[in-house]
Amino acid sequence: MTVFAKPKSLTDAPLHYCPGCTHGIIHRLVAEAIDELGIEGRTIGVASVGCSVMAYNYFTVDMVQAAHGRAPAVATGVKRSDPSKIVFTYQGDGDLASIGTCETVHSAARGENITIIFVNNAIYGMTGGQMAPTSLPGQITQTSPYGRDVATQGYPIKMCEMLSQLDGASYLERVAVNSVKNVRNAKKAILKAFRNQVEGKGFSLIEVISTCPTNWGMTPEKALAWVDEKMIPYYPLGVYKDKYAEVQ
Amino acid sequence: MAEKVLMKGNEAIAEAAILAGCRHYFGYPITPQTEVAAYMAKRMPKIGGTFLQAESEIAAINMVIGVASTGKRAMTSSSSPGISLKCEGLSYLAGCDLPALVVNVERGGPGLGGIQPSQSDYFQATRGSGHGDFHMIVLAPASVQEMASLTMKGFDLADKYRMTSMILADGTMGQMMEPVILEAPELVKYEKPWALTGTDGKRPHNIVNSLFLVPEDLEKMNFARYERYRTVEENEAAAEEFMMEDAEIAVVAFGVAARVSKNAILAARERGIKVGLIRPITLWPFPKANIAAAAAHAKHFVSVELSMGQMIEDVRLAMDCARPVSLVNRAGGMIPSPDEVLAEIEKIQGGIHA
Repeated sequence: MTVFAKPKSLTDAPLHYCPGCTHGIIHRLVAEAIDELGIEGRTIGVASVGCSVMAYNYFTVDMVQAAHGRAPAVATGVKRSDPSKIVFTYQGDGDLASIGTCETVHSAARGENITIIFVNNAIYGMTGGQMAPTSLPGQITQTSPYGRDVATQGYPIKMCEMLSQLDGASYLERVAVNSVKNVRNAKKAILKAFRNQVEGKGFSLIEVISTCPTNWGMTPEKALAWVDEKMIPYYPLGVYKDKYAEVQ
Repeated sequence: MAEKVLMKGNEAIAEAAILAGCRHYFGYPITPQTEVAAYMAKRMPKIGGTFLQAESEIAAINMVIGVASTGKRAMTSSSSPGISLKCEGLSYLAGCDLPALVVNVERGGPGLGGIQPSQSDYFQATRGSGHGDFHMIVLAPASVQEMASLTMKGFDLADKYRMTSMILADGTMGQMMEPVILEAPELVKYEKPWALTGTDGKRPHNIVNSLFLVPEDLEKMNFARYERYRTVEENEAAAEEFMMEDAEIAVVAFGVAARVSKNAILAARERGIKVGLIRPITLWPFPKANIAAAAAHAKHFVSVELSMGQMIEDVRLAMDCARPVSLVNRAGGMIPSPDEVLAEIEKIQGGIHA
C-alpha cells in the first residue's frame, strides 16, 4: 500500500533548489491541492522571477512565465480570457512585495478570482542574497552588510496585514513550512485558497514563510529554527482575512 | 455593404479591433488615445468581452500577455510615455512569440513632452522597443479608414507570424474625424497548439516562456525568430506611391506628414516640378524596395517627419545613401505645413536644374 507518493501535478524534473530550501515542500503542497480538487487539466500557473522562475518545469499544468513582479497582471489576463480555468501565481518576496507591489495590491483590490502563493524568505535568493522588502530589521544581507538599518532602509512590508485592508481581498493567510505541524496547516490554507477560486470566491493569497539556508548562511536545521525565532515573531501566522468565514 | 459613418480615428481603431475578433482590451488613461478605452468600456460589456482599466501601462501590457498566452486576441493602447512603460512587456511578447496588438497614438516627447501630435517614437517602434533582439510589425495609418483597416490587418499579421503588431499613429490620426466604412474582415483561423488552454489531461503541459539559460538554445531561438522576420520583410512591406512614375524628387512621409506632403506635391506639380510621394504603410518592415526603385530616377529624396529626423535613416539605408536626403521636420507637437515642404522641393529643384 502506498502511504506517501509524489503528487500527480508535479513533473519528474529534478528540482534545482538549494539543499534545505523549502520551495520543494511548497511546490508539493500546491500540487497536492491541485490533485485533491481534480483541477489539473484546467489549471494554468504563472511563474515569476526569482528562485522559482523555473516552476514551469515542475508543475504538469500549463504554465506561463511572467516578467518580474507582473505575475498577478498576467494571471488577470489568463483568468479573464477563460474564467473556467483555475489560475495561480507562485511568487517570491522581491517579486510580489517590491517590484510587483502595485500588481499585487490592485489584483487584490479588483478581487480577481485567482490564487497567489507568496513565498516569503526575507531575501533575494536567485541573485545571491540581497535585502528584500521583507528582510527583518537588522538582518545582514549582501546589500545590508551592517544589518538592515530601518532609519535608512526602511521597515519590512507585512503583506497580509496590508492587503487585509482591501475590500476586494477574500482570503489572506500566513503560514510556515518549518515543522510538520506548520506544513499541515500550510496545506490546509493552500487547499482552501484553490477551493475558493473553484467556488468563485475571489482573491486568495497565502503567504508562506520559507527558508534560504544558502543566503542566510545557515545550515538547513538552523534555518528552520530561525523561522521560529525571528521570522514568525515579526510575521505572525494566522488568517488575516476570510470574507466567507461566517457563511461557511 | 456597411454604411459610411463619421468617426474619430481612435474610435475606428476600437471598433475595427472588435470586428477583428478582439474581446480583451486593457488600458490606462493617457491623452491623446483615451477614446479607444472609452469606446471599449462602452462596447465590450455588451458583447461579452473584457474591458479592464489597469492600474498602470505595465499591468495592462502584462494582462495582454496573459490573454495572448491563452491564444486569444488581445490589445492595449496608449500614447508615447505610456508606450515607454510597456516596452518591457513588448520584449516579453517577442521572447514568448506571442501575438498581440499595441496601439501608440503618439504625442511629443521626450519625457512627459506634450499632448500634440508627433512621430518621434519611430526609433522606439522600429528599433528599440525593449531589450533584446526583436522586431514588431509597425503599421502607420494615414486616414481614419486606415486606422480601421490596419488594425484588422495588424491582428491578422500578429497571429500569422506570432509577433506584436503596433499601430503607430500620430495624435492627428487619433483625434481627427473622417468618414469610414467598417466591415468585418474575413477572419483567417490560425492554429495555436502552443496556447495555454489547460491540458485537460490529454496532452503534455504547454509552457509560454522567454527564459533560456543555455546560451546555445537562446541563440537558436534568436536565429529562428530572425528567420521568421525575414519572411515578414519579404512578404509584408507595404507603401503607397503617389505621382512617382517620373519623379525626380521623391518625398517620403507617413501618417499626417504624408497628407501634408501630398498637398505640397500637387502644388509643385502645378509649377512643373516632377515630384512624387512614397508613403510607407509598414514602417517595419520598411518598404526598402520602393525607395531603392525610386533611386533609379529620383535625384533627391526628402524625408518629412514630425520628429527631429528618424525615418530619414531608413530612407538612406534603403538605397545605400545613393542619393542625398533632405529633412523637412517639425517637432514637439508641431506639424510641417505644405508650404514648408514645397519650399524644400523648390530649393532642391533649383539645385537639380541649376
